[in-house]
Amino acid sequence: MTTISAPPAPPRPKRRAGDRVFAGTAKGSGILILIVLAGVATFLISEAVPALTAPAEDIPGGEGLGSYVWPLIVGTLLGAVLALLIATPLAVGIALYITYYAPKRIAAAMGYVIDLLAAIPSVVYGFWGLAVLAPTLVPFHEWAAENLSWIPLFAGPASASGRTMLTVGIVLGIMILPIISAISREVFSQAPALHREAALALGATRWEMIRMAVLPYGKSGVIGGAMLGLGRALGETMAVAIVLSGGAGATLNLIGSSNPSTIASNIALKFPEASGLDVSTLIASGLVLFLITLVVNMLARWVVNRRADFSGAN
Amino acid sequence: MSTAIRPAPTGTDAQPPVRSRSRLPRFAPLGLYLAGIVVGAGLSALTSFSVASTVIYGVLLGTLAVYVASRTVEGRRKATDRLVTCLVTTAFGIAMIPLVSLVWTVLDNGLPRFDAQFFTNSMFRVVGEGGGAYHAILGTLIITALATVISVPIGLMTAIYLVEYGSGRLKKAITFFVDVMTGIPSIVAGLFAFALFTLMFGNDVRLGVMGAVALSVLMIPVVVRSCEEVLKLVPNELREASYALGVPKWRTVVKVVLPTAIAGLGTGITLAVARVVGETAPLLVTVGLITGTNLNPFDGRMATLPVFAFYQLTQPGTLTQAFLDRAWTAALVLIILVMALNIVARLISRFFAPSTGR
Amino acid sequence: MAKRIEVSDLDIYYGSFLAVEGVNVAIEPRSITALIGPSGCGKSTFLRSLNRMHEVLPGARVEGKVAMDGQDLYGADVDPVDVRRQIGMVFQRPNPFPTMSIYENVLAGNRLNSKRMKKSEADDIVEKSLRGANLWTEVKDRLDRPGSGLSGGQQQRLCIARAIAVEPDVLLMDEPCSALDPISTLAIEDLMTELKERFTIVIVTHNMQQAARVSESTGFFNLNGVGQPGRLIEFNPTEKIFSNPDEKATEDYISGRFG
Repeated sequence: MTTISAPPAPPRPKRRAGDRVFAGTAKGSGILILIVLAGVATFLISEAVPALTAPAEDIPGGEGLGSYVWPLIVGTLLGAVLALLIATPLAVGIALYITYYAPKRIAAAMGYVIDLLAAIPSVVYGFWGLAVLAPTLVPFHEWAAENLSWIPLFAGPASASGRTMLTVGIVLGIMILPIISAISREVFSQAPALHREAALALGATRWEMIRMAVLPYGKSGVIGGAMLGLGRALGETMAVAIVLSGGAGATLNLIGSSNPSTIASNIALKFPEASGLDVSTLIASGLVLFLITLVVNMLARWVVNRRADFSGAN
Repeated sequence: MSTAIRPAPTGTDAQPPVRSRSRLPRFAPLGLYLAGIVVGAGLSALTSFSVASTVIYGVLLGTLAVYVASRTVEGRRKATDRLVTCLVTTAFGIAMIPLVSLVWTVLDNGLPRFDAQFFTNSMFRVVGEGGGAYHAILGTLIITALATVISVPIGLMTAIYLVEYGSGRLKKAITFFVDVMTGIPSIVAGLFAFALFTLMFGNDVRLGVMGAVALSVLMIPVVVRSCEEVLKLVPNELREASYALGVPKWRTVVKVVLPTAIAGLGTGITLAVARVVGETAPLLVTVGLITGTNLNPFDGRMATLPVFAFYQLTQPGTLTQAFLDRAWTAALVLIILVMALNIVARLISRFFAPSTGR
Repeated sequence: MAKRIEVSDLDIYYGSFLAVEGVNVAIEPRSITALIGPSGCGKSTFLRSLNRMHEVLPGARVEGKVAMDGQDLYGADVDPVDVRRQIGMVFQRPNPFPTMSIYENVLAGNRLNSKRMKKSEADDIVEKSLRGANLWTEVKDRLDRPGSGLSGGQQQRLCIARAIAVEPDVLLMDEPCSALDPISTLAIEDLMTELKERFTIVIVTHNMQQAARVSESTGFFNLNGVGQPGRLIEFNPTEKIFSNPDEKATEDYISGRFG
């Protein structure tokens, strides 16, 4: 037929020097990025090696790397998951409001205002969390300790300062809100008009139209966005370092005065004064954080891209 | 009766052939909410009156009232629709609270020291009142500029590779890992720069350029992604027009594609700068902080605005209030800086877009 | 100036897909040659292979020979960029550079290759090219305005001016009027008849009246079915093609009994 086995390729046309240099530079930049990423992993490992090989009693705390990092991992996950649980429903609601409920003329401006939340530096969130949110939440802490103490998360006794994992989770939730809502907004607005109009033509109310035509279409986008937000919350440093009064052992108690720190904030607080093996230990904990966020982000990208492949087929 | 089309139960007994449903009056939801607020204020006053609890009670009661009213007058489906409308609107409202509160708090606390001294003095030999962030502002500008100088060529050239030249597995790999790089925690980027320079220059090295490298790790993927999106938007017809005039590919990219995309590129790069200018953690572990003015990023520690703000807040000296004031003013300056960059980005996209006609 | 193009046994591939097969044709200088045929028959692909523009797509290549005044355009030491400087092209949709003024658009071929020239020399080229494209009187007072502000027909004539400003030998036109209204189309057709005094012109068109009106010779491309390669079925003087074609397929196509 017409697809003939390819005949021998003709000699490559010669390329101009300018083209070769330019194309080479562009390609080199791309490869450089791969090298940098590999470098991040390599250098972190090489600087962490002393801590990985040191005897257990030399590690700060005196009980080995595992028991040093474990409470930090618990704290990191606890704060980030809490943030995710707070931010995701809100972000989906905001995205729906902006795409399908807000008056068309001001919807774009509202999206911009939500994006402003992402522009505020994390250190400023820390200031606000410490000065405003933590004191505001103290009454709630006390109320929860009195009435909800049968739930392990609210075991109490309540912190008097409000600098707890609960406050941190709320601050982190606010910080990742714009990430999740931006991606949700995008996928919701891309829901095929054909399906939406078909639903409305069947006499559906606006909510029924959204449930039938928008949410199924946007589901994996929302999940991917939530995981990107999770990745961000896991690695968030300054807000946690400022707000949380951490440094204690692993606990699930969200409202107590002794909380586990998170990996990132622990590094930020200890690193400037650390030396020798302490530095290696901190870098080793950074390596753990790097791996956790790497896995979460790769999963998120996989979910988002799978959706792109899927919708591309239509 | 057997042929009559029965409408869904509406809660009313009116069932004419063409349904004209009973509906709530247009301003009923608003009225119910106001009523909810009033009752909420009353409830709040029973314990100890506060605006917060008034609003919370009010919104809860208002939503409940709208749902019940709609349920009895308009039926279940419409009531659910109204309930969801209330919920998503509330979600948006909730998100506004921290934004307004944050901006208000920073303005309130930051304005007292927002004076000329803050912008002209450093902290050199200042232990109590006075002093300023002159050294930190300059440090932030220098380090951010250096990071931009590193990131933009690499990021832009990578975007050009992905759009104009790339193919096959290398393109896929770069796209994927740029996405992954977007998610690197900022503190890890700082540790990377620290580890890199420690291997090169020995222990306990602290340089401004280390901070610039750390910020570049965060900035490059943002630059790549935004430039890539913009370059993809340049119509292929323009490239073909250029090739057909006998222009080599690289000149086509430099003189046709890039100028056409310049507005988008400028916007994307400015937003990338805004993204890193407030980063604190990587600078904390690589650049450190000093009280005097050091403008040489290749020689020792430097002061930067976010780190300055952090230490003023967390390690106040004897006159605590003076330190807190400086911290909040630094936060205010930081927000102004980021907002200014965002506005500049929007202006670039408005004024540099290729004009069509007129 | 105008040169003769000879094509012998030309096969054009996209990857391993054979798009056009076995073309043999001689295109005469100072004349207009029209290529007609149904959609997807490979006439545009063939046109683009004449100045090696098809190589812009990855995987595209040819076998066979394309020679201009005896020189093989696909020779090992021939740079496609040089080929395109001698064989200009005008596209289906007008595509002036949006960042450049009318003046700069006309000079784009020279400027993008950073040829140095005096201001008076540049002015001369712009005026000559715009006059050559019958656009000078319409735009001479607004040369510094963006080219994208012109009407569709004016934009297309601007693109023609841009193509002839680099003094090519041959001008290829890929359905240059299909995006234009009838009046602009007539203006372009008049222009083509003037330009053929100086250039060899090859035009791809879907409009058979246009082919009949402007061209001296016409080639009819066809393909046997989807996935089959396109072939040059018949190449003859335009009069003969439209009155008494050699091939049954040509007659069917021209009389509308076909695709």
